[in-house]
Amino acid sequence: MQKMHPSAEAALDGLLFDGMTICAGGFGLCGIPERLIQAIQASGVKDLVVASNNAGIDNEGLGKLLRTRQVRKMISSYVGENKEFERQFLAGELEVEFCPQGTLAERMRAGGAGIPGFYTKTGVGTQVAEGKEHKEFEGETYILERGIRADLSIIKGWKADEAGNLVFRKTARNFNQPAATSGKVCVAEVEEIVPVGSLDPDSVHLPSIYVKRMILGAPYEKKIEFRTVRQREAA
Amino acid sequence: MATTMTKGWDRNQMAARAARELRDGYYVNLGIGIPTLVANNIPEGMTVTLQSENGMLGIGPFPYEDEVDPDLINAGKQTISQLPSSSYFSSADSFAMIRGGHIDLTVLGAMEVSEKGDIANWMIPGKMIKGMGGAMDLVAGVKKIIVVMEHVSKNGDPKFIPECTLPLTGKNVVDMIITDLAVFQRPDHGSPFKLIEVAPGITADDVAAKTSARYDS
Repeated sequence: MQKMHPSAEAALDGLLFDGMTICAGGFGLCGIPERLIQAIQASGVKDLVVASNNAGIDNEGLGKLLRTRQVRKMISSYVGENKEFERQFLAGELEVEFCPQGTLAERMRAGGAGIPGFYTKTGVGTQVAEGKEHKEFEGETYILERGIRADLSIIKGWKADEAGNLVFRKTARNFNQPAATSGKVCVAEVEEIVPVGSLDPDSVHLPSIYVKRMILGAPYEKKIEFRTVRQREAA
Repeated sequence: MATTMTKGWDRNQMAARAARELRDGYYVNLGIGIPTLVANNIPEGMTVTLQSENGMLGIGPFPYEDEVDPDLINAGKQTISQLPSSSYFSSADSFAMIRGGHIDLTVLGAMEVSEKGDIANWMIPGKMIKGMGGAMDLVAGVKKIIVVMEHVSKNGDPKFIPECTLPLTGKNVVDMIITDLAVFQRPDHGSPFKLIEVAPGITADDVAAKTSARYDS
């Protein structure tokens, strides 16, 4: 079975349909599957429900799909730094389900692990709890949150071997790992493909079973939202 | 009285006061704004490990220009550096740490805190909602919650009040409040807050005049 595909378009072939739910990895612009987002934009598929911690920024990341109005609903924890998002949201053109960041990560993890729902203290007594089942455990109140089972996951990794074992790099792992497991199909884009046997099996972050298709997305021009540095002290 | 300039703590002094709650071996998550300044006030010789909820333990200082790495950012999306003791993990693992009560302390900003320990810091009705990020998870899961905020709003209205008027981030979760004027603390979530400290040049009466919440003095 050949997991490698020559392009993002080829890797997504037959997987996209209007109204589908997509889980996307990334935090801000760090570790976002930008080649796959670009290909989804080019495909013209619409009415998407996208679960992703953020919604990109103007015309970067998922911001590209927002600009072309391909997204019907976002499930996110934080959507700042995005004027087009703001405009569509305030105009009522875009539906947004705000979900606490940890609850969102766990909803993806649970969905991918065959757990349809779980109880959490996060959000108890807030708007997030409205309409959700409440249950007491050992004197504390918890709310029921649903696992997310997506039609498709799109993720960005660092290195993968030809079997689809995948390694992330630094804080670019973020939502990519739980997002990968929550989709019926996961397509990964990576910076480097290495031969089977070159990754230490003890150091694999995402086992190959989750990665159904992949592409080499390099070269990447990784964007930085806030470049903060310190000065070297004079010797 | 309203026209007199009062003394009190500045942003760095508030952060330094919060840093006095750190203990050797603590794992700590710092929010954006004044809480971030707590990192500059960790006492010499004390080991405190900072968690970044996007998937890192052991946040290092801002990188040198030639070390900037787009794959290495904090939860505020700023570039940072790693330490020899750092580790990386997924967002699911990160919030398992937070929700599971493994983080000792978090320092957060707030728009309002109620006398019952409710906190509001994520949305203002009628304004663009950006989202709660990880704030609801942090206040629900971390062992000790310290709020650092200005004592009054830009309009001069008290921010430590009987009941929050803004949508809540968490209910009955705050353990300590540090403002530019004073420190309030409570021993457990069933007790009222107590005024335990006032900033230099501030009296308990000054604090009372700018606080609508009930507290033990």
